[in-house]
Amino acid sequence: MREDFGNPSSVHSYGQRAKGALDQARSEVASLIGADPTEVVFTSGGTESDNFAIRGAYDALAASGRRRIVTTGIEHEAVLNTVKALTLRGAEVITVPAGRDGLVDPAAVAEHVNSETALVSVMLANNEVGTIQPLAEIALLSKAHGAVLHTDAVQAAGKIPVSVRSLGIDLLSMSAHKFSGPKGVGAIWIRRGVRLVSQATGGRQERSRRGGTENVPGIVGMGVAATLAQQALSHADAVAALRDRLETSILGSVPGTAVNGARDHRVPNTTNISFDGIEAESLLIALDLEGVAVSTGSACSSGTLEPSHVLKAMGLPQAFARNSLRFSLGATTTAEEIEFVAGALPRLVTKLRRLGRTAEALR
Amino acid sequence: MRVVVAMSGGVDSSVAAGLLAEAGHDVIGLSMQLYDQRAKPEAFGSCCSLDDLHDARRVAAALGFPHYILNFQEQFRAAVVDHFVAEYAAGRTPIPCVQCNADLKFSTLAERAQGFDAAAVATGHYARVVFDEDRRRYRLLRSVDADKDQTYFLFSLTQDQLAHAMFPVGHLTKSDVRHHAARLGLAVADKPDSHEICFIPDGDTAGFVDRQLPADDRSGEIVDSGGAVLGRHRGIHRLTVGQRKGLGLATGTPMYVLKLEPVESRVIVGPREELGGRHLTATRVNWIAGAPPDAPQHLTVRIRHRHQDAPAVVTPDGTDRAAVTFIDPQMAITPGQAVVFYDGTDVIGGGWIDTASA
Repeated sequence: MREDFGNPSSVHSYGQRAKGALDQARSEVASLIGADPTEVVFTSGGTESDNFAIRGAYDALAASGRRRIVTTGIEHEAVLNTVKALTLRGAEVITVPAGRDGLVDPAAVAEHVNSETALVSVMLANNEVGTIQPLAEIALLSKAHGAVLHTDAVQAAGKIPVSVRSLGIDLLSMSAHKFSGPKGVGAIWIRRGVRLVSQATGGRQERSRRGGTENVPGIVGMGVAATLAQQALSHADAVAALRDRLETSILGSVPGTAVNGARDHRVPNTTNISFDGIEAESLLIALDLEGVAVSTGSACSSGTLEPSHVLKAMGLPQAFARNSLRFSLGATTTAEEIEFVAGALPRLVTKLRRLGRTAEALR
Repeated sequence: MRVVVAMSGGVDSSVAAGLLAEAGHDVIGLSMQLYDQRAKPEAFGSCCSLDDLHDARRVAAALGFPHYILNFQEQFRAAVVDHFVAEYAAGRTPIPCVQCNADLKFSTLAERAQGFDAAAVATGHYARVVFDEDRRRYRLLRSVDADKDQTYFLFSLTQDQLAHAMFPVGHLTKSDVRHHAARLGLAVADKPDSHEICFIPDGDTAGFVDRQLPADDRSGEIVDSGGAVLGRHRGIHRLTVGQRKGLGLATGTPMYVLKLEPVESRVIVGPREELGGRHLTATRVNWIAGAPPDAPQHLTVRIRHRHQDAPAVVTPDGTDRAAVTFIDPQMAITPGQAVVFYDGTDVIGGGWIDTASA
């Protein structure tokens, strides 16, 4: 940042150096998803990428009568709220639920895709239960009618091998901080030939797809993180083993627990567990006070916990949406930390259940 | 000692938390999210809105203790809002802050606090709780700042709840509190007090209740105390005892609502002098000592928040009812409001006004 402070659009040598840094980062990010660097556009993060993909494709196709958008109930709010906003502009949105295993049935998606479909948007890995969707199959079944295929890969890129070519899709969203990069930077991959209407009009940065001076330090950081994440993919099995150890320990030592979502189609670092008779909110705080950071569904704007729309879309009972916690492991998570969490949970859960029963009896 | 502080984002609870942290307590800030903050941004109230929750978070960060926001939307709807609407529909005028204290802060929140091994729940209320060594029980006292006293909203606390309650600003005046806020460098030091009902920020209670109720015809007659029909009203839920405006009557003397009759959907009005009453009965009475006194008591009695408590005889009727006879008539005794009994600075008990009569 100190030496390459130039504006990459400037002609002078400082600007050229910054441009070079951008190009390198673009190659690094492209490499992570098996793409060509010229197809990568940097954005401010996953949300902007999702917005660009969905609005850009809709704007390009709606005029020709393609007004249908097919998506799923387990998408991130960046997708769900964007397609919802487009209904005000004439979009017809079909939301396909997931099964109890947290997986979307490709045939259930494909049956809604017709010649009036502008876009199919299905995430690659779910952010709450971690399930990896059968995207290649969905793409295969859905592409017959010429709709644009988008995937929100924010939770997948950098955690599992991703190859845009073998997925058979057109657009992919990613976010740097989900693979240890800086916050506030992301990218969208746009397959060559796919037309998107620019949503940030301005200068001719990013091949005129996104105006505005690039976030050079953030993008450089994303490039470095992409390279490191790609190298770390070989350690994914070790992370998964730790995750499985935590899971086995909790299921064995805490009665009334269950894993949400298919255990064999997941990103390696996540587990989502329901605790019968527990307010997840209370368990989260009790764990945080012991120095263990976990989360539920997704945090809303106030930082409080919303009953998970994902678990609801999976058809799980309402209670699950309130009593489930997500444990995420990082590359640096140790076996000792896993033991600590596994050791603390039975005690905390027993206490919270006892208080819950007492309160129930008093009412 | 670990203490949970119920933080609304206002200056009082912020200073309460600050003083406890300064005294060396292990403070955990909890705020309650009471309404869906995404659905209707314009519906944010004057208390516990998204901005207020962020204010609470900033205060906790500045003072260096953890802060969490609990989602109490369902509980708030069930314990406070639904009750509020039902009371208006039944011709009473509710006071939701008491339910919020009793059913959320000092029960649901307190129960969560136990889960985090907290020994007490503190709030920013202007009230005091002291332990009476001789009688081995807790007393609830008015705040030192008589003008800010909030014991009217706390009468339903049980001995067990009082045993775990702390009111760190109860011995301070409002200006003391603002002074402490500035001294502690809190961003909320100059934040204005909230007055309205938090879930009705525009103050249009009738409109709010209207929207919550099924769209039936609720109109009825407006009559005087002799039974003569003077006009019609759009629903008793839109009216409250003592109200003069909005009746749409063209009478020579100003007419006030004297009584709401839900079964007949009828409103009885009369001139101001007919508003006075000396008698009321109270239900769901809580006695701070844990049991009713065994004889009628000469006490002072408050019938709404901004009412100067007036001398009266309070006669217990069983364990949870009481009859109150004022020495002098009181204006607009309103069913649904809280009635609170005082002996000097001590809160003796309180309940809900059931019936009122001259």
